[in-house]
Amino acid sequence: MRRQLKRFWQGIRQLSGDDAYERYLQHYAEHHQQDGQPPLSKSAFFKQWQDGLWQGIRRCC
Amino acid sequence: MNKRPQMLLWLFIAVVGASAVGGIALSRGESINALWFITAAGCVYALAYRFYAAWIACSVLQVDDSRATPAERLNNGHDFTPTNRWIVFGHHFAAIAGPGPLVGPTLAAQFGYLPGTLWLLFGAVLGGCVQDMVTLFLSTRRDAKSLGQMARDELGALGGTAALIATFAIMIILIAVLGLVVVNAMKHSPWATFTVSATIPIAVVVGFYMRHFRPGQILEASALGVVLLLLAVVAGGWVDHDETLRVWFDHDGLNLAWWVMAYGFAAAILPVWMLLAPRDYLSTYMKLGTISLLAVAIILLQPEVKMPAVTQFIDGTGPIFGGKLFPFVFITIACGAISGFHALVASGTTPKLLANERDIRMIGYGAMLLESFVAMMAMIAATVLDPGVFFAINSSAGAVGKEAIEAAAKISSWGFPVTAPQMQALAQEMGEASLFARTGGAPSLAVGMASIFGSAFGQGLMAMWYHFAIMFEAIFILTTLDAGTRVGRFMLQDMLGNVWPKMAETSWTPSVVFSSGLVVCAWGYFLYIGVIDPNGGVNILWPLFGIANQMLAAIALSVATGILVKSNKLRYAWVTGLPLLWLIIITSTAAWQKLTSMDSRIGFFAAADDLSQKLAAGALAAEKAAIAPQLIFNLQLDAYITLAFVSLVWLIVLDMLRVCVRYLTGKSTPPLTESAHTPSQLVEEWVRD
Repeated sequence: MRRQLKRFWQGIRQLSGDDAYERYLQHYAEHHQQDGQPPLSKSAFFKQWQDGLWQGIRRCC
Repeated sequence: MNKRPQMLLWLFIAVVGASAVGGIALSRGESINALWFITAAGCVYALAYRFYAAWIACSVLQVDDSRATPAERLNNGHDFTPTNRWIVFGHHFAAIAGPGPLVGPTLAAQFGYLPGTLWLLFGAVLGGCVQDMVTLFLSTRRDAKSLGQMARDELGALGGTAALIATFAIMIILIAVLGLVVVNAMKHSPWATFTVSATIPIAVVVGFYMRHFRPGQILEASALGVVLLLLAVVAGGWVDHDETLRVWFDHDGLNLAWWVMAYGFAAAILPVWMLLAPRDYLSTYMKLGTISLLAVAIILLQPEVKMPAVTQFIDGTGPIFGGKLFPFVFITIACGAISGFHALVASGTTPKLLANERDIRMIGYGAMLLESFVAMMAMIAATVLDPGVFFAINSSAGAVGKEAIEAAAKISSWGFPVTAPQMQALAQEMGEASLFARTGGAPSLAVGMASIFGSAFGQGLMAMWYHFAIMFEAIFILTTLDAGTRVGRFMLQDMLGNVWPKMAETSWTPSVVFSSGLVVCAWGYFLYIGVIDPNGGVNILWPLFGIANQMLAAIALSVATGILVKSNKLRYAWVTGLPLLWLIIITSTAAWQKLTSMDSRIGFFAAADDLSQKLAAGALAAEKAAIAPQLIFNLQLDAYITLAFVSLVWLIVLDMLRVCVRYLTGKSTPPLTESAHTPSQLVEEWVRD
């Protein structure tokens, strides 16, 4: 029960983008560690992420 | 091994579903319980998903779960990211489900509950879901390309251009009609106007919170926003009761229309984080929350549907919009049965997240089933009202008369008894001055929802529930409005960039202001005419929107059919070909009637002629004579727009047929652009679970 609630909560966080920065850090650790550049700060990442979301058609009738 | 119990279960579902559909179709009693609708929908959807969708995925599309999707191959941790399928489902559903499935069924309820319900059920499982699923599949196989790009690559330049024009046109008409729905919901209602206006500063507060105060804390900021929104509903009641404050928020339609246009312009040029993004979060939570609440309330309450199965208005004399059952029920209900707009989300946005092709059925087909279910609930909310009340709210003053007594008498004479004092009492209960002629569908849906919520969760708060429902509809209508204006702006900048490259720079202020202004002028014009039109405007704009939406669906299905034929799957081409044929039949018939009908309630030219004759003879009242020239011009313009839409449909369908015939006779055609097979490396369970 507790595990399911936790997974549900994680789903909500992912759906809303609340954990986007954590996922970015994970992606960074897996793929870009060796590039030599430090990861973006949370605020800088969020700016980039949010602006990128609204490039295409995201909402419909 | 345990195939037999499963088969028995599906047989049972089939029998229950058939009885429920039969029950709905054959019931001629006083009323029928809404639970029948839910049962019929559940069974039809389950069967279609289990058998038809599975067959399409396996035999027609041949989805391949060992094949890497664009999300995996092009993973950049940003927009291309393999994502858990439930999360993708959530994103996809939130993107496709807008106000359309709420408004369409409400308007179409003038024909009775049966025609709309059947079209929602069968249109979705055979048409809309198939379109969404196939488009999602095709885009996934083509590096998440957009519909327009696929049309250009697979059919030729003509297809691509047609898709571009159709998308832009539908955007303009859609925004105008949605703007009109909001304006009609706020007209002379200080409570609604206050609550809806309050959503703007609330969105800005939430935007600042998640951008600057606590960057990235989206859930925190959204929770704050939802609390503020609920407060705004309550505060609207206080404003309404305050003699000095209420005057500030008491406006006529035209005034409100100017404000909506100003808002649309501001939203298109302001940075997204300030208004658009936070508003979108709030509207998504409100939408998902309220829709779930409505489903729970309907199941708990099991309301009786009071609308007859079929009304006399199938002959084309309906007060909400003119036109016979065929083809107009199919035009009026687009979203919820088949909506071309979804093809734009299913290509481009969703495929970038898809972790495995196997999930295409669940996301493409499944999400559309859910949207159809939302439309079904809107149909229930409209038909649980007393039919007399339903027609009193939704019939324009032009159709039934301006005075309450006159309107009530007219509606009662159709066999739907209603009295002026009854409407007055209802309006008072809902906290409104009057509920007569509140066209557009939002107020009647709100009354229906309030009565369902009120009966299920407490009768005392009717006015609160009503304004909560209005706020819920308005907030995501405005989200579609500002997101649409912004997309329209990008598209226009892109098109203008072909003439003058500098215009395509999305951050060059003169271009931003100019193209945003142009887009707002385009939909603002239709909104303006809709507001001054004494017949309510919705009766003209909604069919136009329906035709445009079906036109986009026809483009998506043409692309799909063309690709099926080019993939040597001619024997399966009917899967997309038959819905396409149906769309061609209904859009062409509707357009033909809109152009040539001599009945001034249907034909655009007939209405224009009728009006000019009355104007020339001096038979119009002074106020109507003043606006008559504008209305006449608009009717003619609408006629030409309809003509353009239907020509575009025919053009693309003929182009698709040309490509198919060339392919089948061995002549050269644009080659298939499917990307090559790359084996998937993803560890299944992690992403999909």
